[in-house]
Amino acid sequence: MFNQKFLSVAVAALFVPFIHPAYAASDAEIQTLRNEVRQLAERINQTDAKTAAPAASANAFNPAVSLILGGTYAKLSRDPAIPATGFAMAANLGHPQGFNLGESELGISADIDPDYRGVATMALAPAGGITVENAFIQSSALGNGLNVKFGRFFSGLGYLNEQHAHAWDFVDQPLVYASLWNNQIGEDGVQLKWLAPTATFVELGAEVGRGRSFPATDTNRNGAGAAALFAHVADDIGIAHSWRAGASLYQTQRQNAQSLNVPDLLGTVGGVTNSFSGNSQTAGLDFVWKYSPNGNIRDKYVKLQGEFFQRKENGNLTYDTAAANVSDTYSNTQNGWYMQSVAQFMPHWRTGLRYDRMNAGRANVGAANLANVISNDAYNPTRTSWMLDYSPSEFSRLRLQVARDLTRQGQPDNQIFVQYLMSLGAHGAHQY
Amino acid sequence: MKKIIYTLFAILISNPTHAALNVFACEPEWAALTQQLAGEQARIYTATTALQDPHRVEARPSLIAQARRANLVVCTGAELEMAWLPVVLRESGNTAVAAGSLGNFEAAEFVKMLEIPSRLNRADGDVHAGGNPHIQTDARNFLPIAEALSKRLIQLDAGNAAQYQQHLAAFTQQWRAAIVRWEKQAAPLKGLPVMVQHRGFPYLNNWLGLQQVAELEPKPGMEPSASHLGAVLAELQTHPAKVVIRAAYQDARPSEWIAQRAKISAVMLPYTVGGTPQATDLFTLFDDTIARLLAGLK
Repeated sequence: MFNQKFLSVAVAALFVPFIHPAYAASDAEIQTLRNEVRQLAERINQTDAKTAAPAASANAFNPAVSLILGGTYAKLSRDPAIPATGFAMAANLGHPQGFNLGESELGISADIDPDYRGVATMALAPAGGITVENAFIQSSALGNGLNVKFGRFFSGLGYLNEQHAHAWDFVDQPLVYASLWNNQIGEDGVQLKWLAPTATFVELGAEVGRGRSFPATDTNRNGAGAAALFAHVADDIGIAHSWRAGASLYQTQRQNAQSLNVPDLLGTVGGVTNSFSGNSQTAGLDFVWKYSPNGNIRDKYVKLQGEFFQRKENGNLTYDTAAANVSDTYSNTQNGWYMQSVAQFMPHWRTGLRYDRMNAGRANVGAANLANVISNDAYNPTRTSWMLDYSPSEFSRLRLQVARDLTRQGQPDNQIFVQYLMSLGAHGAHQY
Repeated sequence: MKKIIYTLFAILISNPTHAALNVFACEPEWAALTQQLAGEQARIYTATTALQDPHRVEARPSLIAQARRANLVVCTGAELEMAWLPVVLRESGNTAVAAGSLGNFEAAEFVKMLEIPSRLNRADGDVHAGGNPHIQTDARNFLPIAEALSKRLIQLDAGNAAQYQQHLAAFTQQWRAAIVRWEKQAAPLKGLPVMVQHRGFPYLNNWLGLQQVAELEPKPGMEPSASHLGAVLAELQTHPAKVVIRAAYQDARPSEWIAQRAKISAVMLPYTVGGTPQATDLFTLFDDTIARLLAGLK
């Protein structure tokens, strides 16, 4: 309508010279005016076409593609390969030293049809090669608050486990995640979540899977290798506060789980290789609380979060599989927790503090291995980390982190990290 | 035992209210409009307040729980809520309000969009491919949106069609009269050179004929730095503005800094229902917006 009006005014303007002889213009001038009007009309048509219909081409249905580029520089005063005291048989992921291309991550996602959505995340390892981090199908087609996921996904247990590395608030994961979950537990299997139709958020979830990653031992058999249960409760308090609390359980049967370079009572240089088979159960509690004045997270916010995990293992331990090869019963309960707080004190700037503490437990070692296996280190690994980050936009972040790492008895490690995280292309919304 | 479980389950899944429709409104203006059009028939939950930046809201579990219970989601669309709404809808497991379904209403579909970018590049800041999504600052936009929303309410709850039609007729009549009044009141604002903190007012400018001469944000969505503000201040020498406008949810400091130095007035507008104590519904929202702009002239 606007266009028509505009055009008629423009056309009328063209004829004005003919109506009033005093304004008679030369042919050349009229020609220029005509050309200008034509150009204007064309431009208007183009804009209208743009708004009317999106380009109908073969690539119009391309999925959302996102690429995360990340890298760190780490200055450590100890060899990151030395395990935390008392956790030599757990996973140990020290942060690599020096300049280091972090995991770049390529993500592709799209709705497949009205019922299914597909998500794939490929991690590009610095040394070359691609690992499939996530590759799952998600469906809410069942309705009634049910959400199904199948394929490869990060387990829904705990609070941090589902978050991708680029969304972490610190350069590295808390110690309890590094030791008990090898940083993050992924699963090949099926996840079912149900959200209760209540005003308070109540979510129940269950997973069964292959048991692909630590502590499971990826058994190649018909049954499930691992199972997890979790529950989350959450709500807001006024408009400024929100919280979420959760509990989780994880269960797996470990088969010949190898641990390399484990220190022993005989003081074998370089340690020995042990193997464990048995039941492994982990229970966890997590909570997060967030505050933002008026609930406006753009300006300022504070969040406080903490998680606790405890793992009970009960089975048979074979000491020094390469030489002595002595098997007997073994059971132990280990736990760990962290507490952290991150504050955005002004737009673009955040700072955070985290404290980690682990308890290696006191193992019950069978008589045959009493003189071989260390049952009690009587040391609690701890670590304190502080970070400051600056995000010029939603898509870029630069971070400085310093840490005092006391995870290895008698070997304090002062650490400095500098990190960049950049996100290119489509950037999906983050979870709470 | 079985009986108890079934009873508990029935309580859990039964609708806790008597209203015909549970509505999840992304922003307060759509909650207010739905209230006008649905009256008693709707129980409305508003996901954000006037003091929150609607681009940057967290997909909080409380939002997911509310979306789970909703029959209708009423939002701006045009990518305004893209940082949180997709997660909320997906996690809710509620197929009735999934994007593209009858229970998902996007207001931006029904108005003519302004500032549709000719190129999309993140280097240009927070631009939206579908055009500027802040459509609620032009009162005229509410007429086509109200008509479309009323139609949607009838589709979802045909039993109360007569009531919805009544509400729409009453609203349209009152709103048309109000627009005439507002345009008359705002006549002195025509051609007023203004500065804006965020590129959030093209529809208001277009409606009332305000002339936007500068923006305080170097790129949409980016905080103005001290050096950028200095450049804007210098620019004001050649292109003077009379007022600097910001929305209620924005930090007051950049506008006040520039207003003080350029000796012009800083005007805070409610932007949506609840942004100021005066803006209690859609009508008072525009009453207050115009009153504040006129006060800024003095």
